[in-house]
Amino acid sequence: MSSRAFFEYLLRLGDDRLVLGHRLSEWCGHGPILEEDIALANISLDLIGEASLLLKLAASVEDEGRNEDTLAYFRDAIEFRNALMLELPKGDFGFTIMRQFLFSVFSALQMDALQKSRNAGLGGIAAKALKETRYHVRHSAQWVVTLGVGTEESHTRAQRALDELWRYTGELFAANDVDREVAASGDGVDPSTLEPAWREQVMPVLDRAGLQVADAGYMQRGGREGRHTEHLGHMLSEMQILARSHPGASW
Amino acid sequence: MANDTTTTQGSFDSQWPLWEVFLQPPKGEAHEHAGSVHATTAEQALQNARDVYSRRGEAVSIWVVPSAAITASTPEDMGPFFDPGNDKPYRHPQFYKVPRGVRV
Repeated sequence: MSSRAFFEYLLRLGDDRLVLGHRLSEWCGHGPILEEDIALANISLDLIGEASLLLKLAASVEDEGRNEDTLAYFRDAIEFRNALMLELPKGDFGFTIMRQFLFSVFSALQMDALQKSRNAGLGGIAAKALKETRYHVRHSAQWVVTLGVGTEESHTRAQRALDELWRYTGELFAANDVDREVAASGDGVDPSTLEPAWREQVMPVLDRAGLQVADAGYMQRGGREGRHTEHLGHMLSEMQILARSHPGASW
Repeated sequence: MANDTTTTQGSFDSQWPLWEVFLQPPKGEAHEHAGSVHATTAEQALQNARDVYSRRGEAVSIWVVPSAAITASTPEDMGPFFDPGNDKPYRHPQFYKVPRGVRV
């Protein structure tokens, strides 16, 4: 396996969590109630912490003098490798929760499989992330059901969020040469192998919530190759401005 | 606010029901009252309690109880409930001599 492929693979893992973590942090101070505000901030910090470990490992694999901070704050949108679903604006609470649910189930499966990575560093990060992610699944699944069976308003919003997000789910499982190479060497996991288990876990929750999947449509993709929506650039300008205005600043 | 403590299920449109949170500290002692959270279901209350009160490893176990399920004494009860204890020194076992060799 080339270290280039493993570096790319780690960027995907790290960027997914960095971008979603930042989107979730936008709820800080705006949560629907105090308790949920704290819960979302906790989950956001979990994700950013995972991203920090993954990007640090990526930088050491790349071995070109970068670190997790330069990867997070000094790359432009075209160099990011996150799935498109994760960069979409946070939307309403229903949208945020639905995205959290769809991704967390995927992430838990991914981290569970990555515990057995041939790379001990990645295996350790996965074991730590898995515990956190299992809680993220529990938290978001509970909310999906609550919103789905709640009021007419909450049901409508949850269904609308699912309709908007579904076409982005395919990208989570789309494998290319990078995935196949790291899977063959035992360092990574081919995401396409996770889809059956993902459906098996996602569908019963959506059923309990009384929500319908509009399946078999066109699936959006491009994030893994750096082709992003316009939203990522706006998000990065906010996320990166402090580090870029004051390079090397510490506090 | 109305003095309504008889229902757990959303007696106020704008306010979710309140739950009392009890944490068991890591050292394995009895659950202790930690505070309260708002939540619409028991599972949500448990998660909110986890997020609000046990982020720094404070607990190995959490109980949540609908606040309305707690029957509490009132300030008016203080006299009849607690004062009689004060003038009955025989209820306090400090007069006994502790035999040598017994550790207290």
